[in-house]
Amino acid sequence: MARMSLNVNGRDVSADVPDATLLVELLREHLDLRGVHVGCDTSQCGACSVLVDGRSVKSCTMFAGEADGSSVTTIEGLADGAELHPMQQAFRECHALQCGFCTPGMVLSAIDLLERQPDPGESEIREWLEGNLCRCTGYHNIVEAVKSCAAAQRS
Amino acid sequence: MAIGQSVKRKEDARFLTGRGVYTDDINRPGQLHAVIVRSPLPHARIAGIDAGETLAAEGVVAVFTGADMAADGVGSLPCGWLIHNKDGSEMVEPPHPPLVAERVRHVGDQVAVVIAETRAQAKRAAQLLDVDYEDLDAVVSCADATEDGAPLVWDEAPGNTCYDWELGDREATDAAFERAAQVVELDLVNNRLVPNAMEPRAAIGEYDPAGGNYTLTTTSQAPHVVRLLMGAFVLNLPEHKLRVVAPDVGGGFGSKIFHYAEEAIVTWAAGKLARPVKWTAERSESFVSDAHGRDHVSHAELAVDEQGQFLGLRVRTVANMGAYLSTFATSIPTYLYATLLAGCYRTPAIYCEVRSVFTNTVPVDAYRGAGRPEAAYLLERLVDKAARQLGIDRIELRRRNFIPKDAFPYATPVALEYDTGDYEATLDLALSQADWDGFESRREEAAARGKLRGIGASTYVEACGIAPSAVAGALGARAGLYESAVVRVHPTGSVSVLTGSHSHGQGHETTFAQIVADRLGVDIDAVEVVHGDTEIIPFGMGTYGSRSLAVGGSALFKALDKVVAKGKKIAAHMLEAAADDIEFADGQFKVAGTESSVALDEVAFAAYVPHDYPIEELEPGLEETAFYDPANFTFPAGCHICEVEIDPETGAVELVGVTVADDVGRVINPMIVEGQIHGGLAQGIGQALLENCVYDENGQLLTSSFMNYAMPRAADLPSFDVGHHVTPCTHNPLGVKGVGEVGSIGVPPAVINAVLDALAPLGVGDIEMPATPERVWRAIRDARAAG
Ligand code: FES
Ligand code: FES
Repeated sequence: MARMSLNVNGRDVSADVPDATLLVELLREHLDLRGVHVGCDTSQCGACSVLVDGRSVKSCTMFAGEADGSSVTTIEGLADGAELHPMQQAFRECHALQCGFCTPGMVLSAIDLLERQPDPGESEIREWLEGNLCRCTGYHNIVEAVKSCAAAQRS
Repeated sequence: MAIGQSVKRKEDARFLTGRGVYTDDINRPGQLHAVIVRSPLPHARIAGIDAGETLAAEGVVAVFTGADMAADGVGSLPCGWLIHNKDGSEMVEPPHPPLVAERVRHVGDQVAVVIAETRAQAKRAAQLLDVDYEDLDAVVSCADATEDGAPLVWDEAPGNTCYDWELGDREATDAAFERAAQVVELDLVNNRLVPNAMEPRAAIGEYDPAGGNYTLTTTSQAPHVVRLLMGAFVLNLPEHKLRVVAPDVGGGFGSKIFHYAEEAIVTWAAGKLARPVKWTAERSESFVSDAHGRDHVSHAELAVDEQGQFLGLRVRTVANMGAYLSTFATSIPTYLYATLLAGCYRTPAIYCEVRSVFTNTVPVDAYRGAGRPEAAYLLERLVDKAARQLGIDRIELRRRNFIPKDAFPYATPVALEYDTGDYEATLDLALSQADWDGFESRREEAAARGKLRGIGASTYVEACGIAPSAVAGALGARAGLYESAVVRVHPTGSVSVLTGSHSHGQGHETTFAQIVADRLGVDIDAVEVVHGDTEIIPFGMGTYGSRSLAVGGSALFKALDKVVAKGKKIAAHMLEAAADDIEFADGQFKVAGTESSVALDEVAFAAYVPHDYPIEELEPGLEETAFYDPANFTFPAGCHICEVEIDPETGAVELVGVTVADDVGRVINPMIVEGQIHGGLAQGIGQALLENCVYDENGQLLTSSFMNYAMPRAADLPSFDVGHHVTPCTHNPLGVKGVGEVGSIGVPPAVINAVLDALAPLGVGDIEMPATPERVWRAIRDARAAG
């Protein structure tokens, strides 16, 4: 068992979890953040992506202990009350989600991209999203959403 | 907001904020966790199971085997479609127990279930289960299964044949070949695929000992189908004691239609233990337990005359069923495949034979398109080959053979009657959008860069919303094929819609609400669409085969008609007029030719508070149910064009353009329709260039995770250019046809035709899907060596 303290979605939390607990388990099972999805067992799908200190991370590839002292944002922590984050808004406007299963990871990963590169080209967006699988949308509208969010944030 | 507008989706609010509720997000008090012990071998006799260590492990509550379930009288997972052989006899239908007791028949077959307090405990304990297997020889591919002396998957299926079926007029077709100026022949494989919805399957069984009620929460596209099959055939539970809930479901693409073993296992175990039992698949488990798709091997011949008119088509297909018959498996290579072999063409004589075979692989069933992609691929590859062989332009050859737009309704020689279509229109639209005529200069420009550029087209037709029930029943379907809807207008005028269809990404909550808003004149936010809970919704068949709108939407339309008809009677009373004189538009009931009117919410209120109400003639309340059994299939069609660039040094194929023009009938929400097309295209392109489910010759699955099964990723795909042409369906009230599958049906042959167009100058005449760099490179090398 290890005790850890971290900030999750703006709230300080501490938890006692077994040593080998993955970050995704801490978030999903212990903190009940069910928007963190699990789509694979080989760290290939990105459904579990969250932001750790602002950087997108596949939470199934990281031990919870590694996030000790960090600040973690999951999809639940993005909107400001009823006001969606601009990326969430862009996904809605562009119909960049269908079943919604990949969506939390996609949105968070795309936010990290725009942090690093506020004006990405189409191929940059597509390369960046390689770690996030979507089986529904064919990515077309996801790319549109990222472009439109980038344009809105620049203006 | 009306029909035809790109209304933003109502369901997005929860999905975008992480508040969707998928099955694995649900936990019940006292819940136990189940892990399925699966066979590591493709074919083996179970000589014994020693559960001693497992039972002793920490947290373990129970271990159940096939023997336990059999002793309890648990039945077999049924197959929903009976196919008859050429000689009229019935197909071989082997048992499909949820846990097998005697012989495992594919890697991943269910041997036992270990149930523990936590998932980790169940997983650890499952590894301790000692199963003694006696290895048996396995068959894997269609070719293996049909070899003389091949090992038998089922002793009762000689030659591993499930059925040997035919469709069409053999003699007329043979006669057409005798008259032919030329015969074009093609052998092809439709590669096996793994559906891989992003949400892995999951199921929670619950039992309430007080009332004797069971609840199954499951990742299903068709909760009523699961309730019917599991209740009536497997667990022997009456419907009123069994509730099936399919909450938010993270994609299905066919793979979540079927009734799966795990659903029966957790429900049954919950009853045994009187505690909730939850199972969630790990992705590697999904690969060996979700039904796979496609897996056909075919030989096709086309008879043509001097002018390139198609005279006859003869097709022989072997279809892989896997080890067991999944729920709709048997109908896919028959009534959803051979019936589509006319395509867009006037071919007067068609004959198709399909032999379905058992193999020691995961069961194969419907996957996005289900039979129709196999038909379109065969036909559109064959037409391109015919054009090359005859020296006729491939677009011109298609035009010469199209069913002309004034020939509808058109009866094909393979049992369908197309109600409407305009194949020239979608072809012309796609050609101009793709700048087909300007292609040669792009080819030259690419050649200057050392690249081989090619362009390819396919003109497809498909069939959605299998129907009518009576015809399907005569052909062996063991279910009805209607859909249901309830429209409940509440006392203050807001509306709940209960639909028997199911959304797992398609956006029913928005599209169906648009239909209601349009018809009743209420705000779209005053409409709630409810689906997925058998305790709440009327009996319906769920969602597959692009049927939701064409069948479920039509049921909704009928129920709305009934609401309006009753509303008119109530309004007539309120307005002191004759019901025949009442008109309804924009939410107002109005006496024709006057200004006298009442609003829908006033009528609804009167219906629920019937103080001044024609109670003698009319029941209170404003709620109507409709069931809609379609008169026919619907027939979306269109033209897909792909442009590729190939690096001759590496064989890598870059898809540089995807242009489609589809006729999906009337469009309710263009944004959602385009999204459906995009998604289908990605899966179709995946089949053509990336995805392949591969077993080794011993029956081990080589592509068993996302590490070695190539799912399309963002960088593998271009943006898509999507166009529409509308010929409304003539036999449903909305004029809609269905859109969910067109992408995965139309595009694979367009991709491969483009690849072959690029490689034709090198003398490459054939390539199999997926056209991976290795295959393309080898094809180029072999052609160079031969040339
Ligand atoms: S769950 Fe698939 S990458 Fe983490
Ligand atoms: S929206 Fe379904 S997986 Fe992306």
